[in-house]
Amino acid sequence: MREAAGPRERLRQVLLTIGPGALWLGLFVLVPTLIMLVASLMSRGSLGQLVPPFGLHNYLRFFSDPLFIEIIGRSLWIGFWSTVFIVLLGYPLAFYIAQSRNKEVLLLLVVIPFFTNFLIRVYAWIVVFQKEGLLNSLITAFGLPPAELLPSTLAVYVATVYTYLPFFVLPLYAAVERIDWSLLEAAYDLGARPIRAFWESIFPQTVPGLFAGFLLVFIPAVGTFVIADLLGGGKVTLIGNLIQLQFGSAQNWAFGSAASMVLMAMVLLGLWLYARTQGEKGLDKLV
Amino acid sequence: MKRLLSIHAWLVFAFLYLPIAVIVALSFNQSRFGVRFTGFTFDWYVRLFNNERILEYLTNTLIVAVVSTIASTILGTLLAVGMVRYRFRLQNALRYLLYVPVVVPDVVMGISLLLLFDVVRDAVGWPRLSLFTIILAHISFQIAYVTLVVRARLMLLDPALEEAAKDLGATPWLTFREVTLPLIMPGVVSGALLAFSLSLDDFVVTFFTAGPGSTTLPLYIYSSVKLGVSPEIHALSTLMVGVTILVLLLGTLFWRKRT
Repeated sequence: MREAAGPRERLRQVLLTIGPGALWLGLFVLVPTLIMLVASLMSRGSLGQLVPPFGLHNYLRFFSDPLFIEIIGRSLWIGFWSTVFIVLLGYPLAFYIAQSRNKEVLLLLVVIPFFTNFLIRVYAWIVVFQKEGLLNSLITAFGLPPAELLPSTLAVYVATVYTYLPFFVLPLYAAVERIDWSLLEAAYDLGARPIRAFWESIFPQTVPGLFAGFLLVFIPAVGTFVIADLLGGGKVTLIGNLIQLQFGSAQNWAFGSAASMVLMAMVLLGLWLYARTQGEKGLDKLV
Repeated sequence: MKRLLSIHAWLVFAFLYLPIAVIVALSFNQSRFGVRFTGFTFDWYVRLFNNERILEYLTNTLIVAVVSTIASTILGTLLAVGMVRYRFRLQNALRYLLYVPVVVPDVVMGISLLLLFDVVRDAVGWPRLSLFTIILAHISFQIAYVTLVVRARLMLLDPALEEAAKDLGATPWLTFREVTLPLIMPGVVSGALLAFSLSLDDFVVTFFTAGPGSTTLPLYIYSSVKLGVSPEIHALSTLMVGVTILVLLLGTLFWRKRT
C-alpha cells in the first residue's frame, strides 16, 4: 500500500508527521546545544556578557585547576555511592513486590513518592535534619547534645538516595516481572544451593534492568544541583552547583557553558559505554 | 529468607514515607519551629488560602502545564507515528536527538535554553523571560517523553489494520483518525499524563527560563526554603502530596476498569 502513494504524497505525509516535532527538537534542543558549545569557547566581558576572543581557555582553566577536578571527582563519587545504596535498597524490594500478592498496591506505594513534587521531597529532608528536627529530637531524647546535621554531606547522600530510589525500582521491577523462574528450579534440580542457584539462574536475567536502573539514577544524581544546594549549603559543591553559580552570581556564562559541556560529555560517554555493553536495544529500554 | 526480604521491604517503605509523614504532621502543628507537637491547628491552611500570591503561582504552574502538555502531546504523537510508519534519511539522527532531553541533566537543558533565549533576544529584542519561555522550554523536554511512550504503543499495533483501512479506500487522514488514533489512544493519554506531571514537577529548567512575574509553585517553594521556611509550606506540600495520591489512585482505578 505504500507504493500506492506516490513519492510526492509520501514526502508530504512524512513532513506532516515528522516535520513539526523534528523542527521543534532542532530549534530547542540541537540549536541551544550548539550555542552552548560556541559560548564555551568565548570569554567573559566586563559586564558578564559573552565576548570574543574565542579559544579553549575555559576548558584549559577547568582541567588545570585542582579545585574543578575535585568537584568532578566529588560529583562522580557521591553519584556512584548514592547509586550503590539505591541498588542495595531497591534490588531486594523489586523482588519482594514481584512476589507479593498485593503487587499493585505496593507498586503504587513506590510510585507516590516518585510523583510527589521533587522540591517537596528534598525539603522533607531539611525538616528531618534541621536543628530542631526529627533526628535531633531523637538524639536529644537519648540525652546526647544535638548535632549540626545541616548542611552536611550525609544529608546530601540521604536525600539523593531518597529522590532517585523509585527511578531504579520501577525499571528493575519490570525486569523481575519477566524472570523465567523455571531456571531456578532447574538449578535446584542440578543440586545448586540457594545462593548459587540464585546467582546463576536469576541474577543474570536482571542484569539488563540493573544496568538501565543504574544509569537512570547515576546520571541525574551526578548532574543535580538542587539537593547539594539545599542540604549541602555551599559545603558540598558538585558540578551542577558550579554551573548554576556561573550562570547566577558569578556571571561567567562562558565558563559555565564549558562546565556544562564537560558534564554533557561525561553523560554521553556513560551512555556510549552502556550502548556498547547492552546494544542499541538497550537505549530504548532506558526510556 | 522470605522473612528477611519482607523486613527489608517494609524498612524501605518506612524510609520512603517517613519524611512525607513528618511534613503532613507539621502542617497541623501549632508550633512555628521544630518538630515538637504543641497542638493541633488548621491555621497554616487558612493562611495558605489567604495568600493571594500562592493562587497566582498555582495559576502560573497550571497554565504552563496545560499549554505545554497540549502542544507536546500533538507534536510528540505525530512524531511517533511518522517515525514508526516511514523510513527516511536522518531517521537515526532524529532518534538520538530524541534521547537528548531524556538523558542530559536538567541543569544543562535549562542553561542551554537560557542561552538560546538570550541570543535570540539580543538579535531581535524578543522573547523576554516569562511564562512564554517556560512553556517553550517545557514542550522541548516533554516531546521526547510523549514520543517514546506513544511509539512503544504503536510498535504493538498490527499494521494489517491500517492496511485494511487503506484497501477499503480510506485516505491517510481518515485512516489515522478512525483506525490508528483510537488504537494508540491509551499511549497518547499516558504520554500526556506523563508530560503534565513532568511540567508540574519541573524546577530546574523552569528556574533558568523564568523571568520576573513568572513564578511557579516549585520556584516559590525553592525560594521559601532558601529564605527560611514558613509553616505554610508544610500545608502547601501536604495538599500537593494529597493531590498526587488522589490522581494516582483515580488513574489506577481508571486503567483497571479499562483492562
